[in-house]
Amino acid sequence: MTQPATMQEPLAQAAQSKALVIKNLSKEYVSGKPVLSGISLEIEAKGITAIIGPSGTGKSTLIRCINRLVDPTSGDILFNNQNLSTLSGRQLRNARRHIGMVFQEYNLLERLTVMENVLSGRLGYVSVLRAWLRKFSAEDVDKAFELLEQVGMADFANQRADALSGGQRQRVSIARALMQSPDILLADEPTSSLDPKTSVEILELMTEQAKLNQIPVIINIHDVSLAKRFADRIIGMSAGSVVFDGKPDDLQNDHLKSIYGGEDWLS
Amino acid sequence: MNQPTLDKGTFMEKKTWTRFSPIERTARFLFYIVTVAVIVVSLQTIEVIPEFLLDAPEQIGDMLNRMWPPDVTYYPSTIHEAMLETIHIATLGTLLAIVMAIPIGVMVAENVTQNKALNWFARLILVSSRSINSLVWALLFVAILGPGPLAGAFAIAFRSIGFIGKLFGEALEESAPGPIEALRTTGAPWFSIMTMGYWPQVVPTFWAIVLFRWDINLRESAVLGLVGAGGIGVALNTALELFYWDRVSMVLLSMLVVVAVVEVLVTQIRKRII
Amino acid sequence: MTTNMSSASPKKYVRKRNWLATFSYLVFAAYLVYVLSLFEVNIDRLIVGIDRGGEFIGRMMPPNFERYSLLIEGMLESMQIAIIATTAGVLLSLPIGFLAARNLMPTWVTWLARIVIVGCRSFHPVIVAILFVKAVGFGALAGTLALIVASIGFIAKLFAEAIEEISLKQIEAVRATGAPFFSIIAFGVLPQVMGRFIGFISYQLDSNLRNSTMVGLVGAGGIGGTLFAAFQRFDYDFVSAILIAIIAVIMVAEGINNIMRKLYR
Repeated sequence: MTQPATMQEPLAQAAQSKALVIKNLSKEYVSGKPVLSGISLEIEAKGITAIIGPSGTGKSTLIRCINRLVDPTSGDILFNNQNLSTLSGRQLRNARRHIGMVFQEYNLLERLTVMENVLSGRLGYVSVLRAWLRKFSAEDVDKAFELLEQVGMADFANQRADALSGGQRQRVSIARALMQSPDILLADEPTSSLDPKTSVEILELMTEQAKLNQIPVIINIHDVSLAKRFADRIIGMSAGSVVFDGKPDDLQNDHLKSIYGGEDWLS
Repeated sequence: MNQPTLDKGTFMEKKTWTRFSPIERTARFLFYIVTVAVIVVSLQTIEVIPEFLLDAPEQIGDMLNRMWPPDVTYYPSTIHEAMLETIHIATLGTLLAIVMAIPIGVMVAENVTQNKALNWFARLILVSSRSINSLVWALLFVAILGPGPLAGAFAIAFRSIGFIGKLFGEALEESAPGPIEALRTTGAPWFSIMTMGYWPQVVPTFWAIVLFRWDINLRESAVLGLVGAGGIGVALNTALELFYWDRVSMVLLSMLVVVAVVEVLVTQIRKRII
Repeated sequence: MTTNMSSASPKKYVRKRNWLATFSYLVFAAYLVYVLSLFEVNIDRLIVGIDRGGEFIGRMMPPNFERYSLLIEGMLESMQIAIIATTAGVLLSLPIGFLAARNLMPTWVTWLARIVIVGCRSFHPVIVAILFVKAVGFGALAGTLALIVASIGFIAKLFAEAIEEISLKQIEAVRATGAPFFSIIAFGVLPQVMGRFIGFISYQLDSNLRNSTMVGLVGAGGIGGTLFAAFQRFDYDFVSAILIAIIAVIMVAEGINNIMRKLYR
């Protein structure tokens, strides 16, 4: 593989070799108590990256900083030839279109149908008027149906979102994210609200779609065994910093101790 | 990324999607049109004299001017007693309503009374009670019983039957069938099923409904005096007819205070007891 | 842990008394006695009352629809008042309710909006109607203005509460797709509040219809005036005709309300 990019490498080159480059990202909700301390990461243009770590260690904040749902205190986020941390307004919205996100609690539009939920992935692309009138183009509708097929929810197109089970909702949520035709997929604890079997199904679906669309995926996950099973790369965080970065097979008990602390929970 | 889809044999059955089916869309459209038409017609045919409308801000300003400062002496002389009378009207009316509303509520609940005719009859009583305004009830009772607070109390009572009865009936319909079933299998008589099966389940809701209605009744009782049914409305009416605007504002002020106090009281009761 | 299954005397079942309940009932009973005496209610008066009540019902029956043109005119005016008041009330409540939502607006703005809303709700619609009659003269204008005020007090308040209760998670998800502000409102906010909003509108329309039949009693237009006149002339059979008309119209309005709620989810 190529050498890791150094801090001085020009923007364009950095963006070419890696899909996402995070430089020195810090976030303090309360000044003096950083939740993220100078995180630097580079994500390749394909593959599943799993971020593990205890609750409150900043995993969720990190993921949300990428698409600016949370504003970082300092640092750069280089993606698609742009520095996301400096964007605002329309530019930021346009950049967000290329980042798909899947949430722990699905965050579906409960009172709308599955179809409307999937189509809402195109809201960054359609005009406000057409969004109000729900007039989506034929291509959008076709793509929506196709995505529903791929996630196995084609029969539920006209059901209301609040009538679905957890696993079904997450599938719709994945379809919504993919509807954006994103260049990267972020997932914040996508399986934490699901039972073990469904969790595996969802992670398999995400892996499959990532390969199909050739996009990288970053997943926050707290189940270490699932992370080892599905990820190509594991990043372990503790107290706002990266303490492990490598292949799943390299993840040893010592590393887990430094990430999570304590010993009793290790088998 | 997605490859352009070639003929996969499904292009004949091209799926479309719209938010509402054609029938729904037509129905909604028709409803819109009718609503707009109704509003426009109403606006055109309502009898409003434009000069009065333009004059309004000045008139309102003038009236507010005369209302300030409020006549504080009116309170001890008239308002205090009248206020108390109003509270009595509201409370007595609510208590009377409870007595009458419980049997009707039982009659209208479809799980308690399975006789459709009785259900329908009870529903008719409830709708009539609710549709006739408490002021109109007051007019009726003033004609029957003569002016005074008793007419007001009855007016409140008859108006409240519809409210309490309807919500009580709904609470009964929502009670769990399990305990009722259990009691029935023991061969308990109807009255016992009511007191042991239904009543314990609906008690908190019932008192919440009564409290809510009492609160509303206080406000309603205040205006009944305008037609002679006792209470603070009488004081207000007198002041209005004689154009003592400062007394009018005193009455209004007292009403505000009482309403605020009652709100606090009711919130506290709701928190602690219900 | 010893089990006390000895041959001691069988326990008697004593029902626990709910002292609060018993006390309350006693208080109610005492109060009832007090007030009845205050209002000088005694058996004689009650008997006379029942007597006169019967006589009264007799005079009200059968309902007399002879002066139906007067009746129709009055009912139409009441309906006009209700419809216009609800429309204007809804249109005004949207911005006011929005401004009163604490999760969207700065504190001072919500305080102002809430004071306006509480002001609108403080007084009975009849009192507001009287004041408007004094201000803008007799007729439907006073009634309409009074009911607009009543509508704002109700709809704006509930609308603000509905906005405050929306789930922010749905909004977060729509933001993440890069949607512009109004699209976020269209997909993330409105579907959550629309259902309840339609409910408020239909409730207020019903309430305004009932109130519009009554503001005429103080000169603010509608069937109330006709009703009052009938009472004063002792035309009790006309009174019952009017009451029947009012009940009928309200029942029809309830039916229409249900349809509206089904159509607009």
